[in-house]
Amino acid sequence: MTSEEVTGPRGQVGPGAAAGTALARPVAGASVGSVVPSRWRIVFGRFAGSWGGRFGGLLLLGLFLLAFVGPVLVPWSYLDKDFLAFLQEPTGAHWFGTTQTGGDVFALTLRGMQKSLLIGLLVAVVSTAVAAVVGAFAGYYLGWTDWVLGWVTDLLLVLPAFLVIAVLSPALGQGAWLALVVLLAAFMWMVTSKVVRGMTISIREREYVRAAQFMGVPGYKIIFRHVIPNMASLLIVDATVNVSAAILTETSLSYFGFGVQAPDVSLGGLIADGARTAVYAPWTFWFAAGLLVLLILAVNLIGDALRDAFDPTSNRGRR
Amino acid sequence: MTVLEVRDLAVRFGETQAVQGVGFEVARGEVLGIVGESGSGKSVSVLAVLGLLPPRAVVSGSVRLHGRELLGAQEKELTALRGKSMAMVFQDPLAGLTPVHRVGDQVAEAVRVHQRVSSKAARLRAVELLDLVGIPDPARRARAFPHEFSGGMRQRVMIAMAIANDPDVLICDEPTTALDVTVQAQILDVLRTARRETGAAVVLVTHDIGVVAGIADRVLVMRSGQVVETATVDDLFYRPRSPFTRTLLDAVPRIHDHPARSGYSGRPVLPPQPAPAHPGDARSTPPVPAHSGEARSAPPVQVGWGAVRRGGRAVLEVEGLVKRYGRGGWVVDRVSFDVRAGETLGLVGESGCGKTTLLMEILALGAPQGGRVVVFGRDTAGLSGRERLGLRRDLQVVFQDPMASLDPRMTVHDIVAEPLRAHGLPIDRVGGLLRLVGLEAEHAARYPQDFSGGQRQRIAIARALALEPRLLVLDEPVSALDVSIRAEVVELLLELKARLGLSYLFVAHDLAVVRRIADRVAVMYSGRIVEIGPVEDVFAEPRHPYTRALLAAVPVPDPVRERARSRLLLSGDPPGDHLLRPAGPPSGCRFRTRCPLYPGLPSVLGSRCVSEEPELGAADGAACHHSSGGIG
Repeated sequence: MTSEEVTGPRGQVGPGAAAGTALARPVAGASVGSVVPSRWRIVFGRFAGSWGGRFGGLLLLGLFLLAFVGPVLVPWSYLDKDFLAFLQEPTGAHWFGTTQTGGDVFALTLRGMQKSLLIGLLVAVVSTAVAAVVGAFAGYYLGWTDWVLGWVTDLLLVLPAFLVIAVLSPALGQGAWLALVVLLAAFMWMVTSKVVRGMTISIREREYVRAAQFMGVPGYKIIFRHVIPNMASLLIVDATVNVSAAILTETSLSYFGFGVQAPDVSLGGLIADGARTAVYAPWTFWFAAGLLVLLILAVNLIGDALRDAFDPTSNRGRR
Repeated sequence: MTVLEVRDLAVRFGETQAVQGVGFEVARGEVLGIVGESGSGKSVSVLAVLGLLPPRAVVSGSVRLHGRELLGAQEKELTALRGKSMAMVFQDPLAGLTPVHRVGDQVAEAVRVHQRVSSKAARLRAVELLDLVGIPDPARRARAFPHEFSGGMRQRVMIAMAIANDPDVLICDEPTTALDVTVQAQILDVLRTARRETGAAVVLVTHDIGVVAGIADRVLVMRSGQVVETATVDDLFYRPRSPFTRTLLDAVPRIHDHPARSGYSGRPVLPPQPAPAHPGDARSTPPVPAHSGEARSAPPVQVGWGAVRRGGRAVLEVEGLVKRYGRGGWVVDRVSFDVRAGETLGLVGESGCGKTTLLMEILALGAPQGGRVVVFGRDTAGLSGRERLGLRRDLQVVFQDPMASLDPRMTVHDIVAEPLRAHGLPIDRVGGLLRLVGLEAEHAARYPQDFSGGQRQRIAIARALALEPRLLVLDEPVSALDVSIRAEVVELLLELKARLGLSYLFVAHDLAVVRRIADRVAVMYSGRIVEIGPVEDVFAEPRHPYTRALLAAVPVPDPVRERARSRLLLSGDPPGDHLLRPAGPPSGCRFRTRCPLYPGLPSVLGSRCVSEEPELGAADGAACHHSSGGIG
């Protein structure tokens, strides 16, 4: 082939503005193979294609179904007490047995799991998102943005989180679990945000960020398009760890009588209660604990699969 | 007397055959150059000789040192040999030195590992060795830490450590690749000294065929893990037998020939590559083949040679630009130049001379600390945000390292579409842009890591062209690439410039590339432009002593000329290379501390260099009081 042939299809590419229309032409006739899926479709495809992603997703879906559909299947609700069966082994009537006060462990566990699933996942996602955004903005813009955000971060770090939540949660009243989510998330993001800020400072010096700046891409877009995706590994690991941390924090709050209030229950509260009777009535403890382990396992599998899906250098999860 | 003999060496990493059938021998005092592009197996070969490959590498063949077989020898035996009979100098001199120990102690340790001497004697020997490799004031510098040394100094220390035990074989893996050209010349000189002092056989691995011309006796050319040609240095350069060697030689741009006259093709037509050889290449996706088959066959586009029109409208004017960080010295000091429409200005200088800072100042399109930047007739100091955004469409940038400048987490499509999205333009142009730079539109769904270095740089160029800019700023766009790929990318840039009517501000430390692409050239030293003018004039008759030294330091791929050439070695390091930067530049002429002219000047003339800072002439010229060589 000669150069004439090379320039043939785009030979119209002249200097200046004419190039635009000429460049657009070949694309219109491009083959189907050149249709480019968006970044999120590629990430999702890789996620769905991985073993961990599929299994973790199914497991989490199963847990959700169990938690929200399961209570319909049994005649007992978490409020009911069976005064004919105290601390009974699992039977046909009580699938997971009963507690000392005659509560149905199956109903209680599922009710607790509803709370823990929502609290754990939401707190993890919210706190990691806040950490990423605050840290990235502080690290990217530096200057007064960094000063203000850093000040807020430090303030929240020095506040005794447990005490603040303990004092506030009774004031929130019954059923205000969403407020609890916000409170828990508000005290979990600071350390990660400091790490994120440090990483952002190094990422903003990278040439691809420079290139985006010189293209005229505004700063907030650079943060969401270049800075945060390049910290995906850290953030996903952080979110995964935060799920269990949130559930455990909620547990300890419940243990002290804050957090999820009786008669409502959470997985953490059930485990704390069950631990006392676990030796001679293992069903009061092991079902709740086992489901918590399954939940954390599902979250970890999803986290790993997501991390690999985001990371183009990873060959795992690629079809 | 043959010291090292390698026969039929083969290295396999799992399924990948990295090296096959490599054989060579080196005699005492002889320098063997091993030349090849990245992934040709040259480093793997020498690491196999030293027994330093990871355990998963399967090595076969024979490596004999003084007739003693090394392959399959006990690790203990090899450890005793390494550093004593066989020593190695690596590419990155910072990685080879422990940052927390004094340099002298590290050299002394190298002595004591293999010799039973007192620590005091070892220290004395260390100072001797540092002196031998040309470190000034060695007794004092021996007590310094590695970070207080410049890159060139560190490489000297590495050589001192390598020759500490009078090795029989000295293996140097790309010893000068990370260094500036004037420092490279110094290090090559130190290697010559080292060979003379120790009488060692030297194996010099490099991708730069110019480097071997001046120093090697025999040369081995490698490609895809196989030896393509072994010849004496003269035979190789004047009578290359293999077509690959010829293309390799052709791909080396020469600064001293006029490109148009010499018929430098610049487009090496490489025979098809047999197989990926480098273990690093063994990825799940093979690198995408470039469209280069077509691109290569196009005749080189000659732009503006001989007839440099300075009449065009100025697209970029820089006047007295100043930049300093904090209270430190001026990184960019009163720099003035302009770029006309359709013109390429090459900006040349060693690391730390301020050229990247200068570019960043221009690209920021903000108000400079001092002076003026005028882009397409608009002063950047008074721009509103909207105007600045509009101006960015006309001014785009290509960075040095295409791996660093492409977001690894984005697909090629998203990377090229990014500037279009930022300016609200339709993104259906991406496929056309990729084809424009010689890639296929189908590659858009892949990630940057699936491409080779040259292809990545093409992606970066496509992204820069997406907004149809009129001025492209190129920050060392080819210095991270292999020689043959480099030529391809340079040709692509020339072709694009001619077709799209672009102007380039081309920054490089590689003078030969600037020679090829630029119409005018500006030489920077320590934050100032010391010489500026049409490229032919500056290269043919450099007026500033620094320009002369820079040109002299470039190795010429011509053994006879290289040996005969009078070496104008610059002493010292580029000013930016000092990590502990001195308080500021010297008074008067900044270059005087390294100037080869200055010490020889009569005191009457010399005093002017101390008291008065030379300024550039009106438009073109050199900032030197004695540009005619100190005579007038």
